[in-house]
Amino acid sequence: MKKISIIVAAMAFSSGAFAAGEDLHAAFQTMMDTSFKTTGIADKYRMKQLDFQRICSAEKEPSKKVMEAIEAEQLKTIRYPADGKYFGDWKKGEKIATSGKGLTWTDKTRFDNGGGCYNCHQLSHKEIAYGTIGPSLQDYGKTRGNGNDVVKYTWGKIYNAKAFNACSNMPRNGDAEILTEEQMKHLMAFLFDPESPVNKK
Amino acid sequence: MRQKKLYVLLAALVAGVGGLNATAALADESADAIARYREMIADGNPSELVAAQGEQLWKTKRGPKNASLEKCDLGLGPGVVKGASAQLPRYFKDTGRVQDLETRLMTCMQTLQGIDPKAFVDGKWNKGEMENMEALVAFIVTESNGHKISIDMSNPQMKKMYELGKMAFYHRSGPMDFACTTCHGAEGKRIRLQDLPDLRTQAGAAAGWGTWPAYRVSSGEFWTMQHRLNDCYRQQRTAEPIYGSDVTIALSVYLAATAKGGTVLTPGLKR
Repeated sequence: MKKISIIVAAMAFSSGAFAAGEDLHAAFQTMMDTSFKTTGIADKYRMKQLDFQRICSAEKEPSKKVMEAIEAEQLKTIRYPADGKYFGDWKKGEKIATSGKGLTWTDKTRFDNGGGCYNCHQLSHKEIAYGTIGPSLQDYGKTRGNGNDVVKYTWGKIYNAKAFNACSNMPRNGDAEILTEEQMKHLMAFLFDPESPVNKK
Repeated sequence: MRQKKLYVLLAALVAGVGGLNATAALADESADAIARYREMIADGNPSELVAAQGEQLWKTKRGPKNASLEKCDLGLGPGVVKGASAQLPRYFKDTGRVQDLETRLMTCMQTLQGIDPKAFVDGKWNKGEMENMEALVAFIVTESNGHKISIDMSNPQMKKMYELGKMAFYHRSGPMDFACTTCHGAEGKRIRLQDLPDLRTQAGAAAGWGTWPAYRVSSGEFWTMQHRLNDCYRQQRTAEPIYGSDVTIALSVYLAATAKGGTVLTPGLKR
């Protein structure tokens, strides 16, 4: 008897909490729908979340299983260079890594974006204005070599970081069409070329 | 004379920042230049000029109703400015809404002076009626400098706004998948050379919330909290938040409640 009442109490509690959560969720949706507007290239539609964005918007990281499912889905989005060539010009790559411009409502075009790499990563031995949100990538090629696996992995990471860490802070440069294939090749050269200041002091 | 001195100091600072490049020694030098500049203007923040205009505006009869704002109730009673912004946002019975400083001022300007809120919602930063808003904000937040951050969370509407603000803080969207947490959800991070407060913590929220609105040296502009949040979203690559919209108020409630007990140091002085 006692056991039953505990179960009933637990059910009542959980349904009550569920209802409150539902109300809050609905209020949140209304707030987001009414609080934003389209300005320039930044369409109001940008507030709609992709599934993984929604799952990665909780205070706590999702479970390992959920993360792995997202990563498997995101991995499918990666397109490797059709011509099999992974490396462009590291000097152009450095410029792309330095530029943080693009995709804001004050930008005229949604193309011609920077990579914004220095916002979060240390790269060149010579650049001291680097952020620390991501890991240091200094000596990237020097310490990792240029074997097929690491080259392919690095391309994938730049193309869609969520394929390797579901809730990564890093944008999906290729998948979200932030950078072009050519720009990503320049970034690859910046990371791997022995003459690049990432690897050469 | 005083203004001239400020311009010279600003020019010196810009030169210092412009020198930022290759070596760590130069970076330290620039950081020193910023520190020296902060020291020099510690009792002469450029916001003072804006605040003085705001104080005049507060007392000036304006708008279709030709009235001043001296009867505006910012939460501590009609006309009370001292300490008022340290306790905002708050729930206001007369509007039945939670309001931040700027939406409350919009209400006062509409009811007392007859100024259409559209002038702000559709306005441009540092232009027209918005420039008046900025001056008023500079005046009002100066009057809370040194006060403790203390918002009244007793009303259920405030609790709801806190929860909604927290959800917004973690909300990832847009082409770069960013949320507020991308930059402000971990301790001890920086973006390029700029230190980022962890706004989930009391200390981080106090450092952030407590030092805005602020004068921005790089742009030579006074920025309100609405302007600060607007530019955060711009850099997140989302759509643009509407001026005074609920999401901006909800985020403000979340930040101010998290910062509780911290000290208001407004107007702040920023890079």
